[in-house]
Amino acid sequence: MKQLLQLISAAGLALTIVPPIIYFNDAITRETQNGLMLVGAIIWFATAYFWLGSKWKSKS
Amino acid sequence: MKVKSISKKLDALYEFDREPVRKDSLQGIGNFLGSFAGEHVAGTEFVIGMLFVAHGVSVADMFIGGLIGNLLAVASWAFITTPIAVKARLSLYWQLKKICGPVLVFLYNIVNALMFCFLAGAMVAVSATAVGIPFKVEMPTLTDLYPTSIGWVVTVFAVGAVITTFAILGFEKLARFSKMAAPWMFLIFLAAAIASFSTLGIETDLSNFWEVAHSKIWTGEALEGQSQFSIWHVIFFTWFANAAMHLGMSDLSIFRYAKKWQYGFASGVGMFLGHYVAWIASGILYAAATSDAPGEVAYQAIGIAGALCVIIAGWTTANPTLYRAGLALQVASPGWSRWKVTLLAGLVTTVAALFPALVMKLLDFVALYGLVLIPMGGVIFADFYLMKKWNLQNYYAEKMNINFNWAAGLTWFLLLGLSLVLNMWFGIELYFLPLPVWVLSIFLFVAFSKIYQKKTVL
Repeated sequence: MKQLLQLISAAGLALTIVPPIIYFNDAITRETQNGLMLVGAIIWFATAYFWLGSKWKSKS
Repeated sequence: MKVKSISKKLDALYEFDREPVRKDSLQGIGNFLGSFAGEHVAGTEFVIGMLFVAHGVSVADMFIGGLIGNLLAVASWAFITTPIAVKARLSLYWQLKKICGPVLVFLYNIVNALMFCFLAGAMVAVSATAVGIPFKVEMPTLTDLYPTSIGWVVTVFAVGAVITTFAILGFEKLARFSKMAAPWMFLIFLAAAIASFSTLGIETDLSNFWEVAHSKIWTGEALEGQSQFSIWHVIFFTWFANAAMHLGMSDLSIFRYAKKWQYGFASGVGMFLGHYVAWIASGILYAAATSDAPGEVAYQAIGIAGALCVIIAGWTTANPTLYRAGLALQVASPGWSRWKVTLLAGLVTTVAALFPALVMKLLDFVALYGLVLIPMGGVIFADFYLMKKWNLQNYYAEKMNINFNWAAGLTWFLLLGLSLVLNMWFGIELYFLPLPVWVLSIFLFVAFSKIYQKKTVL
């Protein structure tokens, strides 16, 4: 389950960084880029919550 | 307030780390890498990269100066802070208390708390520049020092109220959220910069990148009303952006959990991702934007995800900062509960955030923050390495049971006074003061201790 979540999270990150590269190469519009990046953000936060951030506790 | 009461409250606050860290509590390198990567890709990065562009930094200044400054910062952590941390294995508070006594540590805590409030205030303002976008709030510009509109005041108060509420509720969950946001935020910085390439006229094969960088981004000419920066400004600002943490020794509290002093090099991850790549990226997206407000700048580049990133970056930086300010101020309050003190800190923070000067002059504030706290780092350094060599007593306050070590206090006050004179009368910019002040603090503390300790029979 954790691995599946990590895979979906990675897809969320990919949707954050890949659309601007495609937009830069003139293959999509700015609106599409912005929309895909927003979807990427939602996917990342919705899935990373369940597997990231539980181990390390700040000791400061 | 009585000294005993102050001391008791301080001790209670730091009760959990009174003893040196035990061997079984030491942490692996991964935790330090993760911690630094998360903490140094923050809301401030949106503003700093942008302000470098406004101050007319050139391409070479940015890329070479930034590289040198970051290497020096990493070296400071690795060679100065961490070796003391892994030998003493004490938090900054206990180390200072043993040297300076509870009253001086109390003063240090209050100054630190106020600095935390202003830093959190800057981040509330940064978040507000994104929150205000859908409400068409008039955004402050680079030269604005005072609140610009009613809309700005209302937005800042709304953001301040939310952030204060979360800080009151505790920050454990938020710390988790912050860690979760870090990788995404870093990619957003990169993505926003790439998305700005075409606006700046960069070819898809990047063949004219350096040409555009010279002519449109880091032009070497400051914007109107901004002071001109040189490579020295970039080097010294970058080196001392976290002066309070490395030469100021705040990160003793973190690195006392390190297995080896070499773990200090883990700071390189935070420096080069946050204080190099992210600063460069935010400079690029600022050059492509038509606004000075970080939220608007990110929104123009990548839409809602950009604005969201500015809100989250500001929020995740402001919240723990406000929480720590609340803790530090709790000691000074007449028995108030933590929520009341955090509410007060939140109010101070929000009122400070109303003034765009806090964001637009962030470089000066960050330099001031390090400068104010760095002399106590020099005191710790001298106490650790030099006292015995000079036939002096280390951990003097603890051994002599005194409340205020005048040798340390005088070192701190004199150097702050000297910095003020050098800055206001001789016009030496804040960025260049932390290094001489740190070096002087070592000599002065030893010299004053020579006189001060003579009076007391050991």
